[in-house]
Amino acid sequence: MIGRDLLGIEDLDREDIVRILDTAEHMVEIGEREVKKVPTLRGRTVVNLFFEASTRTRASFEIAGKRLSADVINFTPSASSLKKSESILDTARTLDAMDPDAVVVRHSVAGVPRRIADVLGAPVINAGDGAHEHPTQALLDALTVRQQKGRVEGLTVTIIGDILHSRVARSNIYAFRKLGAEVRLAAPPPMIPAGVECLGVKAYTSLREALDGADVVMALRIQNERLGGAYVPSIREYSATFGLDRAKLDFAKDDVIVMHPGPVNRGVELSHDLADHRPSVILDQVRNGVALRMAVLYLFAGRATTPGSREVAGGAG
Amino acid sequence: MMSADPENEILLRGGRVLDPASGLDAPADVSIEGARISRVGPNLTSADARIIDASGCWVAPGFVDLHTHLREPGQEYKEDIRTGGRSAVAGGFTSIACMANTQPVNDDPATTDFILDRARQGSPARVYPVAAATRGLEGKVMTEMSALMAAGAVAFSDDGRTIMDSGVMRLVLEYSRLVEAPVMTHAEDRRLVAGGVVNEGEVSTRLGLPGNPAIAEVTLVERDLMLAEFTGAHLHVAHVSTRGAVERIRAARDRGVHVTAEVAPHHLALTDERLLDYDTNAKVAPPLRSEDDRIACRAGLADGTLDAIATDHAPHAQHEKELDFVEAPPGMIGFETALAVVLDMVREGEISPLELIRRLTINPARILRLEAGCLAEGSLADVVVIDPSRKWHYDPAKGYSKSQNSPWAGSDLEGRVLHTLVGGVPVFDAERGVLI
Ligand SMILES: [Zn+2]
Repeated sequence: MIGRDLLGIEDLDREDIVRILDTAEHMVEIGEREVKKVPTLRGRTVVNLFFEASTRTRASFEIAGKRLSADVINFTPSASSLKKSESILDTARTLDAMDPDAVVVRHSVAGVPRRIADVLGAPVINAGDGAHEHPTQALLDALTVRQQKGRVEGLTVTIIGDILHSRVARSNIYAFRKLGAEVRLAAPPPMIPAGVECLGVKAYTSLREALDGADVVMALRIQNERLGGAYVPSIREYSATFGLDRAKLDFAKDDVIVMHPGPVNRGVELSHDLADHRPSVILDQVRNGVALRMAVLYLFAGRATTPGSREVAGGAG
Repeated sequence: MMSADPENEILLRGGRVLDPASGLDAPADVSIEGARISRVGPNLTSADARIIDASGCWVAPGFVDLHTHLREPGQEYKEDIRTGGRSAVAGGFTSIACMANTQPVNDDPATTDFILDRARQGSPARVYPVAAATRGLEGKVMTEMSALMAAGAVAFSDDGRTIMDSGVMRLVLEYSRLVEAPVMTHAEDRRLVAGGVVNEGEVSTRLGLPGNPAIAEVTLVERDLMLAEFTGAHLHVAHVSTRGAVERIRAARDRGVHVTAEVAPHHLALTDERLLDYDTNAKVAPPLRSEDDRIACRAGLADGTLDAIATDHAPHAQHEKELDFVEAPPGMIGFETALAVVLDMVREGEISPLELIRRLTINPARILRLEAGCLAEGSLADVVVIDPSRKWHYDPAKGYSKSQNSPWAGSDLEGRVLHTLVGGVPVFDAERGVLI
């Protein structure tokens, strides 16, 4: 049973994930219609609470909400007076008084959506928290793989890059493991988090070994501030050792697909031609993003929110 | 401490007296006349003494806390010397040392004077200021240690602002020999901490929060042990949290280094798993560590490597703890829960009652060279009566600190202070609360 909030893939079980992906397939169909709007969430209010700027993810949630006829409000504390020193729980209490039907939260620090969910009556959907989780990204990635490969179980998925600072990596590790795939990580040693094997993955410092026989390769975005001596010596060194190009991709299976959560640093994580052409499926990921988020809003914001439903629904973890 | 007139005579009757300084652990009565203990022995009688029934309880010296943050001057919205002292005696602490990270920093005699003056006006516990080791806690220039000692400081520490410059630390340790006071080190290499807020390991990886590696503590403990050995100074290691630090302190003591060490109740009781719900009330520096570290700290306390239990009582306001996990300040209040938490080691058979009380009383008193921590005839009548098996529910809103940042909020605890006396004056009892 899906819980009240979507805080992370860690809290979901396999059936929850499959149900969200199946729902998203219906939403893909809606997206292919001439009129892309359905009245499902008419009269409901979805608040985008983005403490950290993110044009793409916010737009994706906004479009998803509007296609379901919800009223979507963007609340951006970082742009207003709500700077660091304001209690995040105060912000949550203020929002709660406005009685939204769902709140989509993004924050640069892990755990904020969880703590907001503790005080908010409405369901909370995590749109990315620090290096913790980004569940809708992982779900849209899983959806993309399922569409491309017809299944997820039994596949080998290799995630390359700054695992230490990546919420996308963590959510994808949980999602692909729960769906029965093998997950491998490849990164320079300072970018591999301590004890990461506890997540059921194997970490490699040899990209070649990590790619050997891979069905899916996912390159993570490298933040500029992590380069230039902080975690790796330089962009040039990183792209030479862990940047993906067609030659390196030869170690993977012939029908490998290449993914990236975007936006791509061309020539760093992926060579120019890989970013734009098959086997890259990056644009499919973007398209699936809207459908997947429609599914999430439908499943989490579409519930009757009566007083006390919080206890009945139970927390997600 | 506030001065109140002691009652003429008080008789603590029928308890199990635990006085580690003399090794006494036996049923006995304790008689107090004025501010001092007059007799300890079986079947004491007195015609007109006030009787406190201690049957079924332990009678021990008042506890001595080496490491507290009372926030006054400067951050009275978190705590002040009066409320901190009241919270202390409610937890059985009758002598408390307060760290220098006030505003202004306690780095000159006027501030030390002010703290002691405030303590005289409002604190039921005896207050002993720890002065800054460097001016402004900046880690650059030593403070005037002899003037600060003359004003009443008992030790020197930059606490959370670890002295990163090894040359400055060497000078501080060398100079401290002039005043014969310990230098207390909060041993964390800031560059290895690198912004980490939870113990680096599986938990930090799962939480996606920046990790603070155990090695950040161990390397700096080792540096300070080597500097203490080199200078011959008295080094006191604050709030040890790692197995590596315990082992290195043990080895240094074996080769004759003048080192003492404390451990906090939370590092004996909790691990980083406590943070899986992102509860900022369990955010502390150094952070809650692994189960292996916790076990090593308990063993280190039991075998005497860690001399003392110190709360690191660190009040923060609710709105500060409601910031995100990185921004929220580290620290937890600790006076009122400390005894119940550490009594777990007695219940688990890891330490005897007498040895546990030793680490709460005479050991920390000796580290700071205080007149405290024993029940010998003629000594100051700072005394606690403890019911080690009393079960109670902890609600920090009903406690005496101004702040409520405790990881034990809402917990059921076992073991409680029933009476606290300071200088022969009853200052707390469990029925009526803090009395002055
Ligand atoms: Zn400290």
